[in-house]
Amino acid sequence: MEHQRDQPVTLLDVRDLQVEFHTRDGVAKAVNGVNYSVDPGETLAVLGESGSGKSVTAQAVMGILDSPPGRITGGQVLFRGEDLLTMGAETRRRIRGAKMSMIFQDALSALNPVMSVGAQLAEMYEVHDGMTRKDSRAKAVQLMDRVRIPAAKDRVGDYPHQFSGGMRQRIMIAMALALEPDLVIADEPTTALDVTVQAQVMDLLAELQREYNMGLILITHDLGVVADVADKIAVMYAGRIVETAPVHELYAAPAHPYTRGLLDSIPRLDQKGRQLYAIKGLPPNLTAIPPGCPFNPRCPMAQDICRTDRPPLFAVAHGRASACHFWKETLDER
Amino acid sequence: MAETAKNEEVSDVVPSTAETTAEVEAVLDAPVDRGEPILQVRNLVKHFPLTQGILFKKQIGAVKAVDGVSFDLYKGETLGIVGESGCGKSTVAKLLMTLETATSGEVFYKGQDITKLSGRALKAVRRNIQMVFQDPYTSLNPRMTVGDIIGEPFDIHPEVAPKGDRRKRVQELLDVVGLNPEYINRYPHQFSGGQRQRIGIARGLALNPEVIICDEPVSALDVSVQAQVINLMEKLQNEFELSYVFIAHDLSIVRHISDRVGVMYLGKMAEIGTDSEIYDHPTHPYTQALLSAVPVPDPAAREGRERIILTGDVPSPANPPSGCRFRTRCWKAQDKCAEEVPLLAVPEVFAGKKTLAAHDSACHFAEERDVVHAA
Repeated sequence: MEHQRDQPVTLLDVRDLQVEFHTRDGVAKAVNGVNYSVDPGETLAVLGESGSGKSVTAQAVMGILDSPPGRITGGQVLFRGEDLLTMGAETRRRIRGAKMSMIFQDALSALNPVMSVGAQLAEMYEVHDGMTRKDSRAKAVQLMDRVRIPAAKDRVGDYPHQFSGGMRQRIMIAMALALEPDLVIADEPTTALDVTVQAQVMDLLAELQREYNMGLILITHDLGVVADVADKIAVMYAGRIVETAPVHELYAAPAHPYTRGLLDSIPRLDQKGRQLYAIKGLPPNLTAIPPGCPFNPRCPMAQDICRTDRPPLFAVAHGRASACHFWKETLDER
Repeated sequence: MAETAKNEEVSDVVPSTAETTAEVEAVLDAPVDRGEPILQVRNLVKHFPLTQGILFKKQIGAVKAVDGVSFDLYKGETLGIVGESGCGKSTVAKLLMTLETATSGEVFYKGQDITKLSGRALKAVRRNIQMVFQDPYTSLNPRMTVGDIIGEPFDIHPEVAPKGDRRKRVQELLDVVGLNPEYINRYPHQFSGGQRQRIGIARGLALNPEVIICDEPVSALDVSVQAQVINLMEKLQNEFELSYVFIAHDLSIVRHISDRVGVMYLGKMAEIGTDSEIYDHPTHPYTQALLSAVPVPDPAAREGRERIILTGDVPSPANPPSGCRFRTRCWKAQDKCAEEVPLLAVPEVFAGKKTLAAHDSACHFAEERDVVHAA
């Protein structure tokens, strides 16, 4: 199946996205001006710890943000040049699922427990393509075959709990890719899986991405997975992107102290020795983000300017940017 | 059920001859030198019965969670145990803690078989073997203050800290794990995940144990906080000469903290050795597949590294394959693997050779293969 895509516009362009949550403790600013873009066939990894805003950004892009309490307060989400945030609900619903889809972390809670997996897969074709039940069932079996579920024909009537964790995740992938979308957002797709199964699932995802030439946004906290599959990376901290770079360059020479701290704090499989570097302190409370650079209380390089002036994203090199006043010094230290 | 694994490297157990409770307690309090075995596990088996029927329950089978596991833990070292979910590593932890009763097999603590103890003697053992749990959000009682949580072990073992001293002792413990001693009256929800895990560690340290069993102690934590907790655990080990059994599924962290590593698959030990023997010179195909599947945080290694992608899922422990349990997913499997259970011993090809590949590996066709380092 060859897909022709000659439009010059970027597949997905997120511009200055802002999301707030109204909580009892005040307004939590979960996303504070995030920019990123993805092209067809490209894999963007969004890396961050819990509370960094990586999943909330994805939910806002997909249009599945819980609101209230969540609220998009600014920015644009351009899908092939059209702003998803201003279009009508019905138009957007047709895009969601068919043109862009999402893979969730926990397949057991994302799949409907009282519907057979075959029916859930077939539903995609019935709703979006208006297929008859019989045709859609046949497509569901094909799809399960495609994601390597053994004996797909016999298992199409089984329920989610009858499958193993790895197979459930593959069914989720099948569902996300059923209508051959242009963009897939995968939110921690392998975090709940064992390593050998994780390798199987990531392999499958990469293969299907190549086949359909999809853009992929991979949301994760695992620096290993990112290094394995990503083309470019956006590192998030306290609702902001603090560094973006092509994957090789980021690992070779990070331009933000937070990224460097993360890389130094993970143990290596292929060597032993040095003590782990630990980033001191904790990520900030989103209802009270520190003034200046949000990372300054934990940063080993922080100066007075970091406590007063919020650093913008400085262009570091072609395709690279860092939100640090001292990005030059950070780069030089490597 | 369990096949006796003859293991040359495992030290001989010198069973204690203590009879009365007082004698047993004396044995348990005796000091052990660094480098001597403190915990010796022999052919440990745990089967959970599967039953059918409501009133007259009939056993129709058993989940063979742990099926003949043997290893030693030396004083002052860290033994890492890795494996995928369902391999029995957490059941091993519970058996070592005597939270579950073993179906058969022995756990010798200082030569005393603790699976046969009860009453006062068992209580004394439990004081010396403590546990740190995986999830700091559910393992701390939300209605107790931090002081009560850390001080609760003293209610059960009052001999460790006299009543008037306890508050001071709890504050000392908070200080040891890097928390502000003034937080003694706070509740668990007022702390972050990393801080809560420190509270769990302080509780584990309260009774001055010699062995701490850590079941996935950092897997619920964020990357930047993981390093803080790992560093703390290493510091405490040096300070108090603790021996750790460190159970985890993250192979990089296990390598970092462990002196020796055991790889489990479906209730059995597949391979065991020093960290370099297992990671740099693995000989069991399962270990090789497991290591090759770990994503390395280095994009330059993406192409150079060899990847072994296993097919299928782990079989059910209620009905494990005959012979070698890994054979259904193994690319080397032959008829012999279905018929004969491979013993955990130094493979014949490496016997007597001076190479790091000469360590215990339960495979008929063991061969060395470096899967961690890029070619």
